[in-house]
Amino acid sequence: MSPALPNSFRSGPDERGHFGIFGGRFVAETLMPLILDLEKAYAEAKADPAFQKEMDGHLKHYVGRPSPLYFAERLTEHLGGAKIYFKREELNHTGSHKVNNVLGQIMLARRMGKKRIIAETGAGQHGVATATLCARFGLECVVYMGAVDVARQQPNVIRMEMLGAKVVPVQSGARTLKDAMNDALRDWVTNVHNTFYCIGTVAGPHPYPMMVRDFQSIIGIETRQQLQEVEGRLPDSLVACIGGGSNAMGLFHPFLDDPSIEIFGVEAAGHGLTQLHAASIAGGRPGVLHGNRTYLLMDEDGQIQEAHSISAGLDYPGIGPEHAWLHETGRVNYLSATDEEALEAFQLLSRLEGIIPALEPAHAIAKVTELAPKRPRDHLMVVNLSGRGDKDVPQVGDILKGRNK
Amino acid sequence: MTTRIDARFAELAKQGRSAFVTFVMAGDPDPATSLDILKALPKAGADVIEIGMPFTDPMADGPSIQAAGLRALKGGMTLKKTLEMVRGFRKDDDATPLVLMGYYNPIYIYGVDKFLADAKSAGVDGLIIVDLPPEEDTELCLPAMKAGLNFIRLATPTTDDKRLPAVLANTSGFVYYVSITGITGAAAADTKAVGEAVARIKRHTRLPVCVGFGIRTPEAARAIARSANGAVVGTALVDALRGSLDAEGRATARTVTAVADLAAALAQGVWGAKQAAE
Repeated sequence: MSPALPNSFRSGPDERGHFGIFGGRFVAETLMPLILDLEKAYAEAKADPAFQKEMDGHLKHYVGRPSPLYFAERLTEHLGGAKIYFKREELNHTGSHKVNNVLGQIMLARRMGKKRIIAETGAGQHGVATATLCARFGLECVVYMGAVDVARQQPNVIRMEMLGAKVVPVQSGARTLKDAMNDALRDWVTNVHNTFYCIGTVAGPHPYPMMVRDFQSIIGIETRQQLQEVEGRLPDSLVACIGGGSNAMGLFHPFLDDPSIEIFGVEAAGHGLTQLHAASIAGGRPGVLHGNRTYLLMDEDGQIQEAHSISAGLDYPGIGPEHAWLHETGRVNYLSATDEEALEAFQLLSRLEGIIPALEPAHAIAKVTELAPKRPRDHLMVVNLSGRGDKDVPQVGDILKGRNK
Repeated sequence: MTTRIDARFAELAKQGRSAFVTFVMAGDPDPATSLDILKALPKAGADVIEIGMPFTDPMADGPSIQAAGLRALKGGMTLKKTLEMVRGFRKDDDATPLVLMGYYNPIYIYGVDKFLADAKSAGVDGLIIVDLPPEEDTELCLPAMKAGLNFIRLATPTTDDKRLPAVLANTSGFVYYVSITGITGAAAADTKAVGEAVARIKRHTRLPVCVGFGIRTPEAARAIARSANGAVVGTALVDALRGSLDAEGRATARTVTAVADLAAALAQGVWGAKQAAE
């Protein structure tokens, strides 16, 4: 039975960090006092106009916001349906949306007097953003990254090291994002006194899912205003890829209470939903991991399964708890795209628009190629182009070269 | 309601000594060997036994216990089989308290009410669930109390006086003081600091306080047992087990004795400590 629909989709979480049954604070006691401190510090910062003003200044002059809202003319023509706009988060400093959240958390860490920053990273985009802001503000930075991801996202590893961060290759489990998060949590438990854990997505214990969402909501807030300026109205649909779901939540959240807008999240279907994949909503069920209750890929004993996606940034067996709730309430439609579909979209976008997307948003583009043709020409569709593909060029180049032999 | 845990600590208090608490991973390296180890522990001097429930993502555990859990899972261990193991142990031993320790997800997926009923009937006495702080008491802690199982909470160096009452509120059986901020198997704690922390917790509760994390040797166990009601050893036993395995990670003829011998030496350490009169 689906839960009763709320009056607003934007009022969560409750004071205990719950979105319906999802979210919460499932962490070791060692971390609990710090998590409560963090919640308090964030509430104070949010209410402090000076904090917001400083953040706005950095967002404008350092990150380069607002990011453009771009009419993808040739893709629109090619698909022959909806009018497609890209929210160009890939043009931000460091090359993705991740920097929006990292800036907020680093400013909060400074406010709390924490000098050592740790982060987990999958594709390396969050790691690069964290390393960048730690360099900018003179903080120590340690990034946990699965050994498999270290190998497939080398350009980002090199960038992080150039920025002065220490990259720790994680050898446990499947050696991808989930395991990087485990080791980051282990570091945090050990160094809780001086360390701030900068989580890269809308997951983890409360207040992280809410806080990261708030910092990323600038994507949707700008989109609303920019589309108003060029089209004089709201969009008809939104599309974004989902690993943990921070770029999607950032775009979606400001529009959740506009019922006419269709919203699509795109998970990574890997080799296909009946095989290895990373689509937690399509192939998982509610469970508890990494501090929150959410949809997870697991076996019948509750053991977490290894995810698979061509995209390191989506290669995670869970999803943010607010997405789990938006799925159960039916407000957001969750679809999935396979590795193969993402690769095709990656090439299509490169050739049609002169934009090499990251493999993560290539999943969103893949679904746009199915959704847009079925919609009329006056339908306005906004896609979050959450990251650029420079980091994926060697990996995709190798795959394509292998095929042409 | 008196549980086996309450009875055991009352008995030890009469004898004027602290408890030797052991941790082993259920199903490591296979279910049969694991049950043999479990049966050998009381004879080796274990007063209370914590049984790890294997989980793929043990966020508070170091490399040794992570590896033990993965060995057990690879050997086909499940939560259901862990409960069967408890049942097997109870055939011959109705006195040694058994505490299941692990993470919430496998229990949540098993179904909380069914798990509590099955655990109780199998002969489990208490639960230590690392990722369930007091803020999530409605999930498992309160139902466990209702089902007659002790819910043993972890207190840590970051649990200050202001927070301690909340941590202790629904705790029963004993309090597990995590002697360091860190993961299992990490560096040893400073004995003096542990003594002060135990005294601080005891100002807030009448429950026994056991100390774990970082205790590897009989000497360290003895030092801790001087101030605490119990010393918990896990990683050292798990390491002894691992050291006895063959190149493929299978049990050998030495596996059970490797764990039991170390447990016996550690028990001597704990028993050598005369507990200060309270």
